Amino acid sequence: MGYKAKFRVWRGEGGEGRLEDFTVEVNEGEVVLDVIHRLQATQAPDLAVRWNCKAGKCGSCSMEINGKPRLGCMTRMSTFDEDETITVTPLRTFPVIKDLVTDVSFNYRKAREIPSFTPPADVKPGEYRMQQVDVERSQEFRKCIECFLCQNVCHVIRDHEENKPNFAGPRYLMRIAELDMHPYDVADRKELAQEVHGLGYCNITKCCTEVCPEHIKITDNALIPMKERVVDKKYDPLVWLGSKIFKRQR
Amino acid sequence: MERHEYDVVVIGAGGAGLRAAIEARQQGKRTAIVCKSLFGKAHTVMAEGGAAAAMGNVNPNDNWMVHFRDTMRGGKFLNNWRMAELHAKEAPDRVWELEAWGALFDRTKDGKISQRNFGGHEYPRLAHVGDRTGLELIRTLQQRVVALQQEDEKLHGDPEAYIKVFAECTITRLLKDGDAIAGAFGYWRETGDFIVFEAPAVVLATGGIGKSYVVTSNSWEYTGDGHALALLAGAKLINMEFIQFHPTGMVWPPSVRGILVTESVRGDGGVLRNSEGRRFMFDYIPDVFKDKYATTEEEADRWYTDQANNRRPPELLPRDEVARAINAEVKAGRGSPQGGVYLDVSTRLPAAEIIKRLPSMHHQFKELADVDITKEPMQVGPTCHYIMGGVEVDADTGAASVPGLFAAGEVSGGMHGSNRLGGNSLSDLLVFGRRAGAGAAAYVDSLTTRPKPTGIEEAKAEALAPLQRTGGENPYEVHHELQRTMNDLVGIIRKAEEMSEALQVIEKLKERAKNCASTGSRIYNPGWHLALDLRNMLLVSECVAKAALMREESRGGHTRDDFPTMSPEWRRKLLVCSATPDGTSITVEEKIQPSMRSDLIRLFERSELEKYLTEEELAEYDAAVKES
Repeated sequence: MGYKAKFRVWRGEGGEGRLEDFTVEVNEGEVVLDVIHRLQATQAPDLAVRWNCKAGKCGSCSMEINGKPRLGCMTRMSTFDEDETITVTPLRTFPVIKDLVTDVSFNYRKAREIPSFTPPADVKPGEYRMQQVDVERSQEFRKCIECFLCQNVCHVIRDHEENKPNFAGPRYLMRIAELDMHPYDVADRKELAQEVHGLGYCNITKCCTEVCPEHIKITDNALIPMKERVVDKKYDPLVWLGSKIFKRQR
Repeated sequence: MERHEYDVVVIGAGGAGLRAAIEARQQGKRTAIVCKSLFGKAHTVMAEGGAAAAMGNVNPNDNWMVHFRDTMRGGKFLNNWRMAELHAKEAPDRVWELEAWGALFDRTKDGKISQRNFGGHEYPRLAHVGDRTGLELIRTLQQRVVALQQEDEKLHGDPEAYIKVFAECTITRLLKDGDAIAGAFGYWRETGDFIVFEAPAVVLATGGIGKSYVVTSNSWEYTGDGHALALLAGAKLINMEFIQFHPTGMVWPPSVRGILVTESVRGDGGVLRNSEGRRFMFDYIPDVFKDKYATTEEEADRWYTDQANNRRPPELLPRDEVARAINAEVKAGRGSPQGGVYLDVSTRLPAAEIIKRLPSMHHQFKELADVDITKEPMQVGPTCHYIMGGVEVDADTGAASVPGLFAAGEVSGGMHGSNRLGGNSLSDLLVFGRRAGAGAAAYVDSLTTRPKPTGIEEAKAEALAPLQRTGGENPYEVHHELQRTMNDLVGIIRKAEEMSEALQVIEKLKERAKNCASTGSRIYNPGWHLALDLRNMLLVSECVAKAALMREESRGGHTRDDFPTMSPEWRRKLLVCSATPDGTSITVEEKIQPSMRSDLIRLFERSELEKYLTEEELAEYDAAVKES
């Protein structure tokens, strides 16, 4: 049942590195992360890789497999031919720490730049009343496991380091949309989304949606509606005023 | 060496750790959160079903007393009753508070938080978000930490002035000043550089020990770090023999064996069948639960729509019962081809409903096993899931016996007795995370002088040792052998000879672990990290095996083939583990559990207590009833 696979894994630290070739056993039902673990246990004990749950729930084992941003734990070996060489490299958008581990602190900085959930001052815990249909929109975005594959694939920053200060990336633009659609949030982040976090840079090529392991429709359900809300606010004072009054009433 | 001073250091950034840190910071303490993984990746994300809290949103008959009774029953009355009381009373507030921090739970028709059925809970009680409740919890707490940092930035110009996350940083030793905690020593995974925290209070929130077993639902982080750190610092562990094997882990393909299949599948209507197609759980209803569970399929099926007039299906018995039943069916030759049993929801709910209620299960089986759960049954079997045992703490404050040491969540012991009910973990970590954070803050306030840490050089030498050896043992091999040993010899069904054998193997593995060598540099070196984690896994495994060998009865997450029944005498006894500071020897001692407070014991019927208590305790009960 098992066979020997050819793996080519990026190894290196301190800004230097190279692809290293390995021949490694593969068994039925295994995923790429299993094979990386076998390399650690038998051939390369110091091979660095992030992982936690190995069940597609934590978003730690993000890597590029044959150039495609994927979770190592959700990429089954049966999707490759047995004689195919599988190339595993670290996320390209972030600086490499060692081997497959990158410095993703960019994402945590961006997370902190977005004003947090802001409920009305007069609603006490336990008094929140929301309809399922009204929470479902934001719930879709809260499925995000923060694997940062969408951040990694987005061409605005993938090969454009210079855009990083002015662009939060799909994950955090989606966070703004999530809060904007939260039934109890009263803050307005539309101007911020456009002026500070670079919503305008997104030209809806949907690469983020394509790589999302949670199948969140980032572009269609978060980014495009957010763009529309920004435009509405900017060009239609009545809509802007109406939304303010509506929020205050509720 | 890098040094930091804090009031409170929280080790672990899962639900308990984050809730503790939030509390300490809200009480004005400078707080550090130290975690082995990235911020927001902790094992809590894997919790699926929900957080149990008697809000009574779905069934208004629910209240804290019913929840308390269910928890004590689930734990077979071995629970620390004060913890079970606090937990049942405070869980609703802790869940509602999350909503004010931005959490979006699924809703009832009247707009409240929806609650779902789960094993051992009398009423629908679990606040949930589909089957990804743990993720919602961790994200909400993570975002609450960020919100506090934003507040601090406005107030002090520095977001990290009062609460800072040290991610991918592993603590290897607690530091002391005399008898009291004085800080912690660790290394940055990223660079291998060492780091010292000087702090009068440390909260352990490191989770469990599952990585000592081969078949487990736990992530790599679950190496028993907090359990071991506490032992080495002089604290005590209780209930270490009680390990929960979740009845439904994936069994195929081999590489995913052990990954969790949420209990919600059964709560929402899924049934267990053997290879003959029989719903076998009807054959396994134990005497203590006889009057609470349906005895026919018809009644069980009616219960889903009419809970007032029918009893619950036996698939929803507490986890220990279901796990043993599955084990017995497979042993009797009525298992599925890959050595599990069938869990079927496809014939019970419409496909669209399955996808809506169990989206991540649908996704997980499709992606990892090529199984469409809307069309065919899953194959499932028991998997090592949770340790009921942990640091012995004061119920109200989370304080351990070592001054300045606190623990909350899975790393603490007592709350769940011999078996935890599903859904009681997420509520546990919120309730006791907050209490431990508050306990640590109050302790810091009570001090007049700050302790000075000692033992830093020794900790450094210990951490460097594997890198300085050449030609030693491969840590991956030692780890694998430990996992096999625990799985085969101290697993779901236990025998004296096998546990004694396990203890002999552990002794040999301890020697081998001391001789582990790690090649490569100090930069992000998993082989080195594992060599250091091995100490913790071995210490904890020794506690589990020793306590399990000593307890000569079967109860909850401890089943003895050679002592198959529950014993009222053993119910009164806790087994307490302690270690020498170098960890070379573990001692296990018996300790009598205090009697339940009279207003709490009166919540039970005598006929139920007769199944658990000694004659002497029943006499106390009678006296309490008389007095009232």
